[in-house]
Amino acid sequence: MCQVDEEYDSLLEQKSLPAVSKKCMKCKEATAALLIRVGDAFCRVCFKEYFIHKFRAMLGKNRVIFPKEKVLLAVSGGPASSCMLAQVQEGLSRDAPKKLRFLPGVIYIDEAGVCGQTPEEREKAAVQLENIFRMTGFPYHIVPLEQIFTLPESVLESVCSREQVGSSYKAAVDQHIRTELIWAHEEPPLEESQDAVAQLSLQASTYKPEHTLALEELFSSLKTLTAKQDMLNTLRQHLILHTARIHGYSKVMMGDSCTRLAIKVLTNVSLGRGAALAADTAFSDSRYGDVVMLRPMREYSSKEIGFYNRLFEVQSVFIPGLDTKAANKASIQRLTESFVVKLQADFPSTVSTVYRTSEKLHTACPPQSSTTEPAPKCLLCLCALDTKITDDASAFRATLLSKKLSRGPLEEKKHSDAGCCQGKEQACRDGGCCSTSRVPAATDLKSLLCYSCRLTIKDLTAVDSLPPYITSEAEKRQRRAAMKKEIGEFLLEDDE
Amino acid sequence: MPIQCSSCAKHRAVLRRPKTGHSLCKSCFFWAFEEEIHQTIVSARLFNRGETVGIGASGGKDSTVLAHVLKVLNERYDYGLKLLLLSVDEGITGYRDDSLETVKRNQQQYDLPLTIVSYEELYGWTMDAIVKQVGMKNNCTFCGVFRRQALDRGAMMLNVDKICTGHNADDVAETVLMNMLRGDIARLRRCTAISTASDGEGAIPRCKPLKYAYEKEIVLYAYFKKLDYFSTECIYSPNAYRGHARTFLKDLEAVRPSAIMDIIHSGENLSVREGVKMPVQGTCSHCGYISSQALCKSCVLLEGLNRGLPKLGIGKRHQLHDKILARQALTKHEEKKLKAVDF
Ligand SMILES: [Zn+2]
Ligand SMILES: [Zn+2]
Ligand SMILES: [Zn+2]
Ligand SMILES: [Zn+2]
Repeated sequence: MCQVDEEYDSLLEQKSLPAVSKKCMKCKEATAALLIRVGDAFCRVCFKEYFIHKFRAMLGKNRVIFPKEKVLLAVSGGPASSCMLAQVQEGLSRDAPKKLRFLPGVIYIDEAGVCGQTPEEREKAAVQLENIFRMTGFPYHIVPLEQIFTLPESVLESVCSREQVGSSYKAAVDQHIRTELIWAHEEPPLEESQDAVAQLSLQASTYKPEHTLALEELFSSLKTLTAKQDMLNTLRQHLILHTARIHGYSKVMMGDSCTRLAIKVLTNVSLGRGAALAADTAFSDSRYGDVVMLRPMREYSSKEIGFYNRLFEVQSVFIPGLDTKAANKASIQRLTESFVVKLQADFPSTVSTVYRTSEKLHTACPPQSSTTEPAPKCLLCLCALDTKITDDASAFRATLLSKKLSRGPLEEKKHSDAGCCQGKEQACRDGGCCSTSRVPAATDLKSLLCYSCRLTIKDLTAVDSLPPYITSEAEKRQRRAAMKKEIGEFLLEDDE
Repeated sequence: MPIQCSSCAKHRAVLRRPKTGHSLCKSCFFWAFEEEIHQTIVSARLFNRGETVGIGASGGKDSTVLAHVLKVLNERYDYGLKLLLLSVDEGITGYRDDSLETVKRNQQQYDLPLTIVSYEELYGWTMDAIVKQVGMKNNCTFCGVFRRQALDRGAMMLNVDKICTGHNADDVAETVLMNMLRGDIARLRRCTAISTASDGEGAIPRCKPLKYAYEKEIVLYAYFKKLDYFSTECIYSPNAYRGHARTFLKDLEAVRPSAIMDIIHSGENLSVREGVKMPVQGTCSHCGYISSQALCKSCVLLEGLNRGLPKLGIGKRHQLHDKILARQALTKHEEKKLKAVDF
């Protein structure tokens, strides 16, 4: 049917030829060295000032990092996160009153185990990054993805936040200023020497060959690149979270640029992750409770970052990813990226418009009260579950119905009995089911997942290739759910 | 070897459902397709017994299938609805006259009463005449705004309680993407709603019973039911931006067929941050139709056409609404900006 565009046309700023002015728009003296947007010409000096100011303004505006707080910088080696590292160095080196006051550490997740690099290439990339990290003087953690096979199941628990951000911020700053005056005459705080030890132990952390094999098995049993990329994101988050927790980092900075976030917004909408869109793209994401994820690079476009890195010699390292060699239409993520990049070339306001749209959204979270248990969270992404079936029409309900109607009674039976011995074992005949005591089948796992993570697990052919911390946490949750079902009639409050 | 139907396990499958990937026989597909629409109608409580329901009929596949399925379901489940067809004649030579012929044939086949309202009788302008004045670039704006109101006015003439339109899952998903790309937060919130309540006078509640039906399945249904529909795109629809969104959606569907439903699910679960300004709905002081401005879009566009200043209604020029209301002349400068020259 004819789809009508009502009043938008005027909102879309078509590409127009840039009017290059010779002078910097800020100091109006020096010759412009670059053009960020139409009409925004900067000289080198003013650009640097603008860029650095923007970083500090982003942190200042949001006021979430406490003085002396340990902050983990997630660096992938790419331009945006490398630039973030450079901004933190810059902010700490200054003597200005607005000097950054937190204690940074760096984490790099080495994903070579799934990205098809040879051991030599892997080694080379790690050495390059290590050199960059060492030069910062910050403690750093190079964590191979293989370590997911040694994670504890507690990673998947969301911990209640220790402190309420906001009200206590000013008090913490005041306290810091007072203590800093004292410290000026004393020994440096103890924490730093502890970090040095941690650094040594982490540098030594390697991976076992059997874990590389297990990782390969996991990724080869994911049938689609879309699911592989989604799984990789999830596992990476878990590793970062775990590292932050064991080393006492309460904040993690991610290097997502505005361009990356716009791509992420559309990707996540396409992956059915709309409910978590705000958490996935906002400046701060506190879904894990004790560790808060921050995105301080969100106001920079990838173009600006590119300019900065080139002009001020910020090193980045090219590391091939899962989809580096993939075709444009190989996955939802890849497709969305090429779509946004192409559209941005024709309509330069695309990225900023999509990004601003996401800023106006928030997570549809069921109201929480202190008397009830927290709302159930997705086993994998730890967002509130968006799979509650209500009486109303919904896409989720419609999808379940379509499957039910297209699937015959035969397949229906097969599905419900997945993983069960069908009464051959004692446990089954006693009214329970033997399958609850085993590794959960894909159909069982589903009930613990959000809409989008279900799509990923649907593409996983061998559920038992998931790392143990996920399967054992799943079993734990299932046992608890079964327990609750059993005592359901005696519980006075229905908190789900 | 022929593939067996996965639902009845008796007959030979003739198609693979685009939505689920299952292979089905003809009758199992019909059953599933109709039953899903029935469930949508029931769970969303779209209709009440005794209501008169106007089906917006364009002669295209969506509204043809909608009319057919609603008639089938109304009988099968005894909804107790009085169904009628409502068409809009935009006055587009070579497009609308042909599709209206299809609607007229449908009327006979389905034995449903048909009413046609035309732009010419409602507004005094045909789309052909509008295109002559405004050119090809913004004519979809006119057409869309006018059609929305034309359906309402036709429905009011016939004392219709509800209007249903043939918007399918692909349309809804595409609109979600479109509104994300344009940053239209108000529409983003509204566009996944399956029905709009009648807020005040001037608008009749609307609903989309095909909201969860895939476009490809609608075509399959029409094909196997041998339904007669008109399948030419509107000759005046050149919008490039929506074209990008549509192509993107088709590509997404090719990568992961559930993407259409996944996007709708996302849209249904988005919620707007408190404090984000939302337009307040009022009524047009000229014609009484719902409007967030002093004048409704249709009245402004019409005023522009009648004054020979077609750009008046395009973009945001609310500051001129007072002048129009007061029937004042515009300044030379204002007029110059609104002429069609640079279209
Ligand atoms: Zn300058
Ligand atoms: Zn999830
Ligand atoms: Zn069948
Ligand atoms: Zn009006």
